[in-house]
Amino acid sequence: MSLIDSIPHKTAAPSHRPWPRVVVTDEGWQTAIDKLVAGRLTLLGLWGEVAAVHMALLDAVSNEIAVVSLECASGTFPSVANRHPPALRLERTIYDLFGLTPVGASDTRPWLEHYAWGKSHPLGKGGSREAAPYAFLPSEGEALHQIAVGPVHAGIIEPGHFRFTANGEHVVRLEQWLGYTHKGIDSLMQGASLEAAAKLASRTSGDSTAAYAFAFARAVEGARQVEVPRRALYLRAVMAELERLANHFGDIGAICNDASFAMMHAQTGVLRERCLRAADAAFGHRLMMDVIVPGGLARDITANGVAQVRALLAEIRKVFPRLINLYDNTASLQDRTVTTGIVKPEYARQFGVGGYVGRASGRAFDARRTIGYAPYDELSFEVPVLEAGDVNARVWIRIREIEQSVALIERILDRLPEGAIKVDIPASGGECEGMALTEAFRGDVLVWLRLDGDNRVQRCHLRDASWFQWPLLETAIEGNIVADFPLCNKSFNCSYSGADL
Amino acid sequence: MRKILLDSFTRGSLTEPAPAPDEAALAELAKKVDRAAQARLGRSLAIREVDAGSCNGCELEIHALSNAFYDIERFGLRFVASPRHADVLLVTGPVTKNMHEALLRTFNATPDPKWVVAVGGCAADGGIFKGSYACVGGVADAIPVDLHIPGCPPSPTALLKGLLALLEHVGGKG
Repeated sequence: MSLIDSIPHKTAAPSHRPWPRVVVTDEGWQTAIDKLVAGRLTLLGLWGEVAAVHMALLDAVSNEIAVVSLECASGTFPSVANRHPPALRLERTIYDLFGLTPVGASDTRPWLEHYAWGKSHPLGKGGSREAAPYAFLPSEGEALHQIAVGPVHAGIIEPGHFRFTANGEHVVRLEQWLGYTHKGIDSLMQGASLEAAAKLASRTSGDSTAAYAFAFARAVEGARQVEVPRRALYLRAVMAELERLANHFGDIGAICNDASFAMMHAQTGVLRERCLRAADAAFGHRLMMDVIVPGGLARDITANGVAQVRALLAEIRKVFPRLINLYDNTASLQDRTVTTGIVKPEYARQFGVGGYVGRASGRAFDARRTIGYAPYDELSFEVPVLEAGDVNARVWIRIREIEQSVALIERILDRLPEGAIKVDIPASGGECEGMALTEAFRGDVLVWLRLDGDNRVQRCHLRDASWFQWPLLETAIEGNIVADFPLCNKSFNCSYSGADL
Repeated sequence: MRKILLDSFTRGSLTEPAPAPDEAALAELAKKVDRAAQARLGRSLAIREVDAGSCNGCELEIHALSNAFYDIERFGLRFVASPRHADVLLVTGPVTKNMHEALLRTFNATPDPKWVVAVGGCAADGGIFKGSYACVGGVADAIPVDLHIPGCPPSPTALLKGLLALLEHVGGKG
């Protein structure tokens, strides 16, 4: 039985691509929640509209994907988070932005709402909520003390608040309070042209700009059933893998730096810079912003771009093995990363957590392989998976992925097709909906959108992998010492901007 | 480890020559920076970076200033962990309303004399987030700004040019 057939529904949306979307009654909604709780489905996303909520689901066995929608005429919907905790922050966000009330929810604290916008429920019914200080969850016991960190942090990083409760050196509870970088992207998307919307998507999380542009373009192309030239598809993957390399190098160095092993930071910093310079030479921008656009690419790879990227790969092949040895053979460093910040495999499964966080804890999900999309469906590569779930495992997943990305880029450049790099997106066929999942360096990015007949965005929802990673960071630090938090945090490297929207 | 260290030692330095200070930045600063303050600081500035809601793109490039190619500390510029230790606030982002109060407090916690450098297109005027219910707009709409470094994000070289212009000025040469 297909995923959709197993959930009682009223109607199917006629133009939702490539996966089906069905409108369900309360019974169908509850059936979907039952399956989430039972572990037969994984939650991919949960987002609102003025009078509806949508839930994207992944079948844990067949990897089928579907969206179920519930109309909320009375402004309420049955809480998902009450029975399936991974939905919690998404659900609180729906209430903050749209004012749709999750019935039965046990945690009704605001999430993105900090009472600073001048109005409440900005995308929905409006009005104002009574401001109250954020109520952190209580921890009780003798000798407990709290450490409040942020939103302005000591390093050059994004803003967010961490509230630690510690017993001596040991963390008893960490609670995050985010939302500081909320820019109102969902609101700015409404009514935006494809060009403007692609720019917004590309700036949802700057470190994943190529992956977001890739996901947004695929959602548009899926909705309008546009076939993108093969050269553009292959070059998109070059950019996505260059972005992965640059970020993984940066992360490995930063993790080691947080264990005071500055030498690795210096060495990987050089490799990261070489990646960005190769990207600049090949695509005209160090982070490759706004190169991937709906329909293809805004510009082709430069004349000497291929040579520059090949030179980068040769340098990585020469230098990186020595750095892997250095990591593996430095006992003082291993002492900090091995068995630190363990994410339990059952949590990884329950939260459907993507990226290196999931793959270091036994969840073998990679959108490039599990879902499969062009050009990755034509390329061979391995998806490394480990079980240990500690900081060390998350470092090793990155190391192995760097090796895979180097090999992937080589393969792509060897068979890079000639030809056009862009087609137009037709503004015909009326209203349509599209969805895409793309594997960013951090994990899967989901983009869902609805276009009107003139290709203006009616609604666009972007779900970063961080939504499901942040809560697991809270579990990973439990029982570890406060001094190991930077290591754990860096080994996750969750996005603030991507999750605050 | 020894082999890597030896290689690094014998291969020569990756660090590149300093770019010339940005002319436009010098012109912007000429109108603003107080000469009395210049004398006090000499050629060394402590920088506190504040992300006021950026996409993190600017932070990545600010980070790059510390790598071996740009090596920002050779100019006497260094990043510090607290606004209490800072001479310069380097602010990014369209100043989200949720970060507005934290930015004001950071500014107030920075001792005088101090300079504010707004980094990136968002920090100039809100950029593509201009007009959002959740954003204040440019950094200048929240706190007084002495210098803008444009770009989305500005490259490390552009950042360095702007900061060197500031340093020239503070050092009394401008």
